[in-house]
Amino acid sequence: MPAEERKIQAPQPNPETQAFWNAAGEGKLMIGKCNACGAVHYYPRAICPFCFSDKTELQQASGNGTIYTYSVMRRAPIPYAIAYVTLSEGPTMMTNIVDCDLDKIRIGQSVRLVFKPSDGGPPVPMFTTT
Amino acid sequence: MSIKNKAYIVGIYEHPTRKAEDKSLAQLHAESAKGAIEDAGLSKSDIDGYFCAGDAPGLGPLSMADYMGLKLRHMDSTDSGGSSYIIHVGHAAEAIALGKCSIALITLAGRPRSEGQATGTAARTAQNTPDAPFENPYGPATANMYAMCAMRHMHQYGTTSEQLAWIKVAASHHARHNPHAMLRDVVTVEDVVNSPMIADPLHRLDCCVISDGGGAIIVASPEVAKSLKRPKVKILGAGEAPKHQMGGQLDLTYSGAVWSGPPAFAESGVKPGDIKYASIYDSFTITVLMQIEDLGFCEKGQGGRFVSDGNLISGSGKLPFNTDGGGLCNNHPANRGGLTKVVEAVRQLRGEAHPAVQVKNCDLALAHGTGGSLGTRHGAATVIMERE
Repeated sequence: MPAEERKIQAPQPNPETQAFWNAAGEGKLMIGKCNACGAVHYYPRAICPFCFSDKTELQQASGNGTIYTYSVMRRAPIPYAIAYVTLSEGPTMMTNIVDCDLDKIRIGQSVRLVFKPSDGGPPVPMFTTT
Repeated sequence: MSIKNKAYIVGIYEHPTRKAEDKSLAQLHAESAKGAIEDAGLSKSDIDGYFCAGDAPGLGPLSMADYMGLKLRHMDSTDSGGSSYIIHVGHAAEAIALGKCSIALITLAGRPRSEGQATGTAARTAQNTPDAPFENPYGPATANMYAMCAMRHMHQYGTTSEQLAWIKVAASHHARHNPHAMLRDVVTVEDVVNSPMIADPLHRLDCCVISDGGGAIIVASPEVAKSLKRPKVKILGAGEAPKHQMGGQLDLTYSGAVWSGPPAFAESGVKPGDIKYASIYDSFTITVLMQIEDLGFCEKGQGGRFVSDGNLISGSGKLPFNTDGGGLCNNHPANRGGLTKVVEAVRQLRGEAHPAVQVKNCDLALAHGTGGSLGTRHGAATVIMERE
């Protein structure tokens, strides 16, 4: 069975993350951008984790990245691939690799953004091999 | 100010249960406390400091001080997951050095086996952390988080499944002498790599056991230690540090041991090569391998080569580790293995380990733990102890 049939736990937005999930609903992956130090970060937050400035905003990511590492959970009722993907903008994020042969996933592969519906919440950013 | 020579471990206890269907959580904590107090030759009324972590019921120190009837002047519930109790040993030494207490009790207990927890494979669901909405949808469990560290280590350093398997093989050689161990059969590298795949590249035998149980430690001032009849185990130094995703600048090839180890060695005035016995947290084989590298027992990336060919087996290897069988074979009470790491190190320093695994002239030992998850956020803790 394909990985996307796994039930995806709905993220619960809070006042700090609502804008991120609203953007996800429009098919956009946002990362954190600090206008004080210029660094980008993930997951996005109101206070920059590098310089501690509150001059942060969301910036849309291109959706391109490479697989930093991954693991296929063989023991799950429906096996799925969890991964960390390094975005072309720099930050590395936890995600799933979907819509591909799980046995052919490799570190260093190029991936691109897709969104998958969650179980009663906003869609969730995932990646597929290119 | 340093904790060196300021405190001693005077009492230890490892609860013999591995499945405690007929006991409550508070009862397991208290039974463990009772065992350690008796081991030290003290009484409950002597305890004036208490340390516990997230496995304790309710508001930890409050619920347990109430249940055990403790009168305290110092308490600390620092929680870094399974490494908490190694941190507690250092914190207890600090509190004793400052005169905040003179006899500190540390307890751990849990019943994940009786409660039927799928500890390694169940996806995380807790929603109350800032990372949760950015991680939970992807099915992070325990096994696949550590597996991603192993996958990256293999990619970057050429580490193999066979090398990881040697860690389990060594643990099994020790566990066969421990009548309380859950898994007492000696296994081979082939057994490990042929066991079912749980989360690529970790096999079932790369994973620790799920057990009920508990344990306790008593840390006391030099004056108290001098008055007791037990062999003296002195605390030389300790270090602790969290490691996390660093705002997305993630590097899974090393653990927080790179930060907790050096201050512990510096405070102790010893080097990795001086250590005669090491208790190394073994939630998974990869956990051991990375911590051994990060503590400086071998060069970074050479852990696979270092652990191979029985190098961790007591009697033949250069670095005897986890001579009780560790989490991989003996037990992993509350899914938290830090306390039992200290307990076995103290047994070694006292000369009270099983004769078949007792390290000769064991006068310097290290206990190190990783709590939380190696693949996301974890707390590293190191403590170095000496037989006096």
